[in-house]
Amino acid sequence: MDESSADSLELIAELEEVYETDYEVGQDNIERYGLDMHNPVFFVSAGLIVVFVVLSLLFPDAAKAGLEATKDWVQVTFDWVFLSAGNLFLLFCVALILLPVGRIRIGGEDARPDYSLVSWFAMLFAAGIGIGLMFYGVAEPAAYYTDWYGSTPFEIAPYTDSARTAALGATMYHWGLHPWAIYAMVALSLAFFAYNKGLPLTIRSTFYPLLGDRVWGPMGNLIDILAVLATVFGLATSLGIGAQQAAGGLHFLFDIDAGLSSQLTIIVFVTGVALISVIRGIDGGVKLLSNINMGLALALLLFVIIAGSISAFLLNYGQTLSGYMRYLVPLSNPVGRADEAFYHGWTIFYWAWWISWSPFVGMFIARVSRGRTVRQFLVAVLLVPTLVTTIWMAAFGGSGLDQIEQNVGQLADGIGDDALVLFQMLENLPLASITSMLGIILVLVFFVTSSDSGSLVIDSITSGGKTDSPVTQRVFWALMQGLIAAVLISVGGSAALEALQAGAVSTGLPFTFVLLAMAVSLALGLKHEYQLNRAIGA
Amino acid sequence: MFNRIMVPVVLQHVDRMRRTLAVAADLATQSRASMIFVAVTGKEPNEIASTPEKFAAELDLFAREQGDRSGVATESHAVVTNDPGADLQKRLLEAIKVTEADLVVMNSHPPGVADALHLIASHSAWLVRHSDISVFVVR
Repeated sequence: MDESSADSLELIAELEEVYETDYEVGQDNIERYGLDMHNPVFFVSAGLIVVFVVLSLLFPDAAKAGLEATKDWVQVTFDWVFLSAGNLFLLFCVALILLPVGRIRIGGEDARPDYSLVSWFAMLFAAGIGIGLMFYGVAEPAAYYTDWYGSTPFEIAPYTDSARTAALGATMYHWGLHPWAIYAMVALSLAFFAYNKGLPLTIRSTFYPLLGDRVWGPMGNLIDILAVLATVFGLATSLGIGAQQAAGGLHFLFDIDAGLSSQLTIIVFVTGVALISVIRGIDGGVKLLSNINMGLALALLLFVIIAGSISAFLLNYGQTLSGYMRYLVPLSNPVGRADEAFYHGWTIFYWAWWISWSPFVGMFIARVSRGRTVRQFLVAVLLVPTLVTTIWMAAFGGSGLDQIEQNVGQLADGIGDDALVLFQMLENLPLASITSMLGIILVLVFFVTSSDSGSLVIDSITSGGKTDSPVTQRVFWALMQGLIAAVLISVGGSAALEALQAGAVSTGLPFTFVLLAMAVSLALGLKHEYQLNRAIGA
Repeated sequence: MFNRIMVPVVLQHVDRMRRTLAVAADLATQSRASMIFVAVTGKEPNEIASTPEKFAAELDLFAREQGDRSGVATESHAVVTNDPGADLQKRLLEAIKVTEADLVVMNSHPPGVADALHLIASHSAWLVRHSDISVFVVR
């Protein structure tokens, strides 16, 4: 052996040693009654969930006032933190695409993707953002254009051409590159440290370069518990509020009573389908439902484009793209803005929301992204959903704005209940009863795909990163979400639901700092992998 | 009587499988059959290994050790799947075809309250129901 190859072997050994940990996946787990649970993450998370639910039921109004005040304080005081962090995550992702580390393959050089591009994109949307597109695709641009909530981007006068471009551009800003950069960064960190560095698939592992073996102790427990709470309450309260909105939609469309029994029926239906899906697993459940939903969403999208006139869509598409490009930088500006009411009420809320959901959506994306290079992964996760969303916003938002301008239908009189805006827009297009029914089905199935993928993620975190834990555990978490939603809606009503949702969104603040540290950690991890690959190749 | 005996193993719980391994080795010796050890893993790191390739190597090592101990010819077959929690039974059923096994010898827990309430799944019961070859369940 010559001297240079001995040196390179020594370098490889030195580099490999950095990630050698004595920690074994599942070593802190307790196995009882056929279950396999991380101690203390499972037990503390489950206990805190019960405590928060009971408190919000005993004191719904006080909980709502307290947690909403916390959320408002977080959003106003740390507005610049959220806006700056959002920009940093996007720039970080762009840098990783351009740098040589972009060539690193998730899962190692020989790994190949487990899912086709179509199924992969379907699952990206279905996990986290699909449901929002249904509710806000029409409502958000309509609200900005008409100044419905008393705030417009840059205080542009409502009902003007500039207001139209700004409305579509600002909506895209909230649903485009920035949220996907947050999800992409978290997903890439989780996937990289699990599939390339052999660490357990759980949030704490992403901090290994910064904390070393301390990630397996109390600090790691805290990060994982916070992620579980944000995910469970985020999903359960969305399910509860979504059930109220879906019941409102059924009432609007078919005059079905929108009361508690209808709302509970919807929760039972969504939870029941989610249970079947988690039992069938990723391939037989989540992927299948995501593909079905993507097909249905595409059909509805094409229908709205064609029925609303293709020429109008093309105009709206141009306006959405130009509005997005024109306002992307000004909307990202964290200081010296005159439109405080707008960005506090909308942008910061969204940023806190995306960040509080990022452990869940990020981990699910990580689970299905093995085999792609860092560059392929980031380009795809940033660009494809953003491009699809521009089409969605131009079609749905653009049609809504056209109806308002042309004084057609209920939208022209104002937004009213924002859960109904989609149906009010569809009502003025042909075949309204069919498309509205399709809309309701899409909403319900998007709830199912959020619930089932969320259950897989919570199960993985609460079993210390294991993905082969008994199916009973994911069934438990899917049931918990439905149960929490049902109990909150039945006993505490809207106040309890909104209280816990405000609590979940408030976790966006600590998670912003967690994610900033995660970005540093990921950069260190990728640099290490790059050096290792070079040493092996040399 | 049998030529190829498939033995599904959970590498992290080999200590709970001593009787099953002994029964499989006895049957293999009597029939002059070979034993094929099958284990299902996800792509994520687990207790046994950090990658599916290392998992397959660990299973192979286990199979060799069992062969040395029993004097029976052994093979290993690691099955990699996207969702091992949900896919285990189906992958084992497929492994019967792939390994061309004519008998399965596998471990199972005694049925208890959790089984009666359908809280936990019995993989062996499922395999008995769905497989067209003999399944020997050891408790």
